[in-house]
Amino acid sequence: MGRYFKSLRRFWGTAVASQLEYQFNVVIELIAVGLSLLGSLFMLSLFFGPGRELGGWSWHEALIVQGFYTVLDGVASTWLRPNLSSIVTHVREGTLDFVLLKPIDSQFWLSLRTISPAGLPEIVLGFLLVIWGGHQAGASLTPGGIAVVLVMLLAGGLILYSLWFLIAATSIWFVKTWNATEVLRAVLASGRYPVAAYPAPLRLLFTLVIPVAFLTTVPAEVVLGRASAPMLWLGLGLAVGFFFAARQFWLYALRHYTSVSS
Amino acid sequence: MRIFGLNRKIVRVLLGTEYAHMLEYRAEIALWALSGVLPFIMLSLWNGSDARGVLGMDGVGLDRYFLSAFLVRQFSVVWMVYAFEEDALTGRLSPYLLQPLHPLWRYVASHLGEQLTRLPFAAAITAIFFLIQPKAFWLPSLGHFVLAWLATWMAFSIAFLLQSLIASLCFWSEKASALERLLFIPFLFLSGLLAPLTAFPPLVRALAQWTPFPYLIDFPARVLAEQPVDLLAGFAIQLAWIVLLLPLVLLLWRAGVRRYSAMGA
Repeated sequence: MGRYFKSLRRFWGTAVASQLEYQFNVVIELIAVGLSLLGSLFMLSLFFGPGRELGGWSWHEALIVQGFYTVLDGVASTWLRPNLSSIVTHVREGTLDFVLLKPIDSQFWLSLRTISPAGLPEIVLGFLLVIWGGHQAGASLTPGGIAVVLVMLLAGGLILYSLWFLIAATSIWFVKTWNATEVLRAVLASGRYPVAAYPAPLRLLFTLVIPVAFLTTVPAEVVLGRASAPMLWLGLGLAVGFFFAARQFWLYALRHYTSVSS
Repeated sequence: MRIFGLNRKIVRVLLGTEYAHMLEYRAEIALWALSGVLPFIMLSLWNGSDARGVLGMDGVGLDRYFLSAFLVRQFSVVWMVYAFEEDALTGRLSPYLLQPLHPLWRYVASHLGEQLTRLPFAAAITAIFFLIQPKAFWLPSLGHFVLAWLATWMAFSIAFLLQSLIASLCFWSEKASALERLLFIPFLFLSGLLAPLTAFPPLVRALAQWTPFPYLIDFPARVLAEQPVDLLAGFAIQLAWIVLLLPLVLLLWRAGVRRYSAMGA
């Protein structure tokens, strides 16, 4: 275990150091995050007006959903995108062989090798939006409530990671899966809005097949104190299930991996 | 006749090879077509929302608008910056620069080849849409179809020139894709992909009209969906953007190439 922690510290230390060399990119990234949030809020505001609601959610309540979406998008650009998109490159260029030879778990290495600090401001902004929206919507959270929110957010993050990793792992067979992750991103964008705003068939799809609901809507419901216990347990169960599936699929994929030399 | 090194024979060969190349990646292009589902997600959201009244479209009109927006996006997607950045970084660009053909044509050809490959997938998604929403079915008249095709093609040209402008900056900075992100954000929110422009407050709509973005999706989509739209003004503004951007791209490109060769020397 100690070896894994030490590796992580080294990985992230070097990643941050090398990214900070490109200061121009950091500035662009900050502007992009700001503009993107501004655009999302504008788009959300179009659905509201005097006496208007979105799927039974008020403007301030919907802001909480938007906030959690921003947090998870930040998590995706900090950890998921830089790491999981390089799996494809490793397969194509044959450098996956080196990863497999290392005395460390390959999934761990591929999933956490680098971080991109550019996504961190997005995470902070997202939480601020959640706090402000929650305050305006009259939510009062106890320390226990905050703990539940964080657990559900972790479950959401785990679902997101597992889905992304599952798709990335298919590159062992298909080599190019860049567009598969684009499909995933397009569908995940639906998490910007409360699931209740979608028609019934899509609601079912977003709850059970591609569980977008658990990424944003369910944590927001916890903040508002209207989450139901079965939904929380379902979310946790799905998170564990998806993670287990991703792990098993990776081990299966590796058995089918024929390195460049063989 | 040669335009920047292009003649009929070269056009045929370029398009043929790029189409063949794209056919190899059919599975990937199918997925890419599928990743354009965003207008459908927004459609389902708008359909059930209290705010539908402000759009100025009835149910069928909204269905047709978002389907048209999907189709316009399918045939005006440009990924020039990413392809160019890779070519520049890996040095593949150098031999292209030596050829008497302007390298930009090569990228135009590969986009056209991709659009051709994408056609069946876009048609399949459209067919599924009509199966689910048979009430929304319509066939545009031949005149409207030709106009919509022209508007989409002009939208593609504007998008391509905008990206070429950013790609030319690759000669100065190796990370043009970061700038492309900045271009994509206003495109996403102002083009009409997520909401028809009629949903915007008047001030925002007036401001958006001064950017090229509504002419990339909203205008061609309205033409295709046969909705009331000022055809003359729309085409005139599209043309104006092309006339404005084309010399800029060529100038920046020439300056960039001069700098690029200086780097190798």
